[in-house]
Amino acid sequence: MSARAFLNDLAAIFPKGRLLTDPSQLAAYESDALTAYRTTPRAVVLPQTVDEVVAAVRACHTHQVPFVARGSGTSLSGGSLPVAEGLVIGLNRLNRILRLDPAERLAVVEPGVINLAVTQAAAPHGLYYAPDPSSQLICTIGGNVAFNSGGAHCLKYGMTSNHVLGIKAVLPDGEVVQLGGESLESVGPDWHGLFVGNEGLFGVAVEVTLRLLPKPESFRTVLAAYRSMQQAGDAVAAVVASGLLPGAMEIMDRLALQAAEAAVHANYPAGAAAVLIVELDGEAQAVEAEFQHLRRLIERTGAYEVRVPTTEAERQTIWKGRRSAFSAVGRLSPDYIVQDGVVPRSKLGQALAEIDALSARHGIRVANVFHAGDGNLHPLILFDGRQPGAHDRAESLAAEIMRLCIRLGGSITGEHGVGMEKRTYMPDLFSPVDLDVMWQLRCVVDDLQIANRGKMFPGGEAPALGHSGPHPLERAGIISRE
Amino acid sequence: MTTLTTPEAVCDFVRAHTHVVPRGRGTKPLLIDVMPGATELDLSALRGVLEYDPGEFTFTALAGTPVAEVEALLGQQGQYLPFDPPLAKRGATLGGTVAAGLSGPGRYRYGGVRDFILGVRWVDGRGQLVHGGGKVVKNAAGFDFPKLLVGSLGQLGPIVELTFKVFPRPRAYATYLIEAPTLPIALDVQRRLTAAPLDLEALDLAPGPRGVQVQVRLGGLAESLPARLERLRGLMGEGLVRHGAEDTALWESVREFVWVPAEATLVKVPLTPARIAALEAALEQTSAVRRYSAGGQVAWLSWPHAVDVLDHTLEQLGLSGLAILGPSAPGMPGGLIGVRRSRHAFASRVKAALDPALRFPEV
Ligand SMILES: Cc1cc2nc3c(=O)[nH]c(=O)nc-3n(C[C@H](O)[C@H](O)[C@H](O)COP(=O)(O)OP(=O)(O)OC[C@H]3O[C@@H](n4cnc5c(N)ncnc54)[C@H](O)[C@@H]3O)c2cc1C
Repeated sequence: MSARAFLNDLAAIFPKGRLLTDPSQLAAYESDALTAYRTTPRAVVLPQTVDEVVAAVRACHTHQVPFVARGSGTSLSGGSLPVAEGLVIGLNRLNRILRLDPAERLAVVEPGVINLAVTQAAAPHGLYYAPDPSSQLICTIGGNVAFNSGGAHCLKYGMTSNHVLGIKAVLPDGEVVQLGGESLESVGPDWHGLFVGNEGLFGVAVEVTLRLLPKPESFRTVLAAYRSMQQAGDAVAAVVASGLLPGAMEIMDRLALQAAEAAVHANYPAGAAAVLIVELDGEAQAVEAEFQHLRRLIERTGAYEVRVPTTEAERQTIWKGRRSAFSAVGRLSPDYIVQDGVVPRSKLGQALAEIDALSARHGIRVANVFHAGDGNLHPLILFDGRQPGAHDRAESLAAEIMRLCIRLGGSITGEHGVGMEKRTYMPDLFSPVDLDVMWQLRCVVDDLQIANRGKMFPGGEAPALGHSGPHPLERAGIISRE
Repeated sequence: MTTLTTPEAVCDFVRAHTHVVPRGRGTKPLLIDVMPGATELDLSALRGVLEYDPGEFTFTALAGTPVAEVEALLGQQGQYLPFDPPLAKRGATLGGTVAAGLSGPGRYRYGGVRDFILGVRWVDGRGQLVHGGGKVVKNAAGFDFPKLLVGSLGQLGPIVELTFKVFPRPRAYATYLIEAPTLPIALDVQRRLTAAPLDLEALDLAPGPRGVQVQVRLGGLAESLPARLERLRGLMGEGLVRHGAEDTALWESVREFVWVPAEATLVKVPLTPARIAALEAALEQTSAVRRYSAGGQVAWLSWPHAVDVLDHTLEQLGLSGLAILGPSAPGMPGGLIGVRRSRHAFASRVKAALDPALRFPEV
């Protein structure tokens, strides 16, 4: 194999402006939103058609060059980190909505379509695309499919995989397959279900059929402030036990509240150790009846203040505070690591108490924002990257939090994926046999292991460690983490 | 046939036999295809709920556990599997429901079996016990093997343990029924209902001699139902309301397929609303009983003739089918008829990776 022959082949497929090899051009692709990892690829191609994707993948296979598919590069786990000497296939230009069928309630899109663009296109028909990662202004459907991305509404509405009907994919040797179709039902194994969440290891999704839902007609929200995290956790348990199924249930702790308050003046109750936001959504008459129950129930949870927004503007202010919490934490600290762990919901209180203790023991501040409805924690570990060793100390606290999640019977990731970042924890969650079976599958689907090589499995190639910090778009205030 | 009671025994059994065909209680006999030289593996004694914490909205059970047993347990806590696993009264097991990939009318509200499965343990073609997914409601680590095994029809190996998400069960139900004089009118009503921001538990069309009955089920707090039914009346026109035992009986007969006579074949056909008219046109002249379920996402056919005729019809319409119950249908391994959508490179690679020696059925 020679690098020159490979580049020549690419040059025969892509015009100059869409084949990038210049170091200054490649710099933009060196990392994703987990900026601690950086690698310069050999080249980047920017296909505009499925045929070009197929040709690029074939060239990689022929020359045995690893490739990484890339959407918007917002992965928080290093999933779209390039492989050294490998190719990056940038899919942002494959961004057409090929079909939007309101009667069938589906959309067929190219992988580079931005998540929110689907909802925007569906909105005139009263429909929307349910999965709403907080990066939805910028992340792509291809990235969502690769990571089975979530958001704040997963307990009731599920993750990306619950909203994907079909996928056209280019396998790592260039073979094109159609998985699934247009119906919610199917016969035979759920091939597209297996494809979603593959973290880019099964090839490139080039066309995705998404299901659309009618936009809920009514939202009723309650915010409750507590003097202790324990009370907030108990309130979540009470809501769950009541038989209600909220669309979202979110908790912020004291530090996250302080940050949010400073950033957007959400006017949250002063002095709260924890704030719980519960929102019911759905058919107006049903939501109205259920909300009466919810209110009575929340009144009995020991909250020292309960607020019910009466206008849409008030409701939006509550959510704005919640959504801004992550980027707002940036005001409290020059750097932070956002973790993504899951614990059984009944162990939320215990998990948070232990995170508090770890934080105290390490002398590192941790702010907590989480999807309480599904036990998905997002601890933000604050540090100052200018201090020698600070990043490593923060990392070691992050590692302890991961082990805590595993010990409590949860998972190492609820939505951000394994990528580079969490490869080392896979053996804590899966047995050697489980991992070997995943590896066998990987090797048969991709005989040369060229698709996103080094990700997800423990012991992949070690990347170059660079500096860390928030995603450039986040720094610019365009997106925020959740 | 061999009956086993532990996952480890299933591993030993698989390793000791060259061709193994897993089965649960046998409520879906056409899916069990025992070729010559193969040994049937009965998983119905591998039963019992291992973990259930209502506060987590999850449970874990051995695969041979009857759906009915689980539903009774969940019911005590006011919870349920919202997708109405079919044939529960006849003894369907959790494993069989997953392997067959079947969901009942309730799948309209929150999704089907694929949307509620969280974790799985199964025995692969090397005779190893493998686990995929997790026991928490949200998890993104590792390949999604739980979804892969939905609809796997035994071809990737016996499922031994499953973890599901569950939801709180609506406190009360009511059903609204209207008779649409023609199919186009029924489809139009269905289209309006699926486009509206309504929280319907089920939405089925049942064609009959006098037109098409549109059946809509509501669930929720009892005090909200009268106003919601009134709203349906406004959207759908004059109709009948079914409450309490009548409502329960109607939907139970749907999900138990009591409307399918013993001599007919029950066939599942996934589709979308836009394809219903063509299928109806093809079947009108036959004496097949049809039901379009989950807002037009699946057709259930009670087919009174030889299945190869339907196989051909579906193929021409570009549809796939799964023959589940009824007289045996030779030449249709695993019950698959119509267009075979699993004949692609991804399918053959997954099969090669998970069952390299072809120990399990190939369909
Ligand atoms: C501020 C911020 C907030 C976030 N909030 C959330 C959140 O709330 N919930 C959540 O789940 N995630 C969240 N994320 C993580 C991230 O946005 C998601 O993982 C997203 O799906 C990545 O999309 P992307 O287009 O940026 O993909 P990239 O980062 O470019 O790629 C992600 C992975 O997908 C693969 N990939 C991309 N396109 C394709 C394709 N077409 N075919 C095959 N593989 C492909 C890549 O190889 C890589 O492994 C957040 C990230 C940031 C920076």
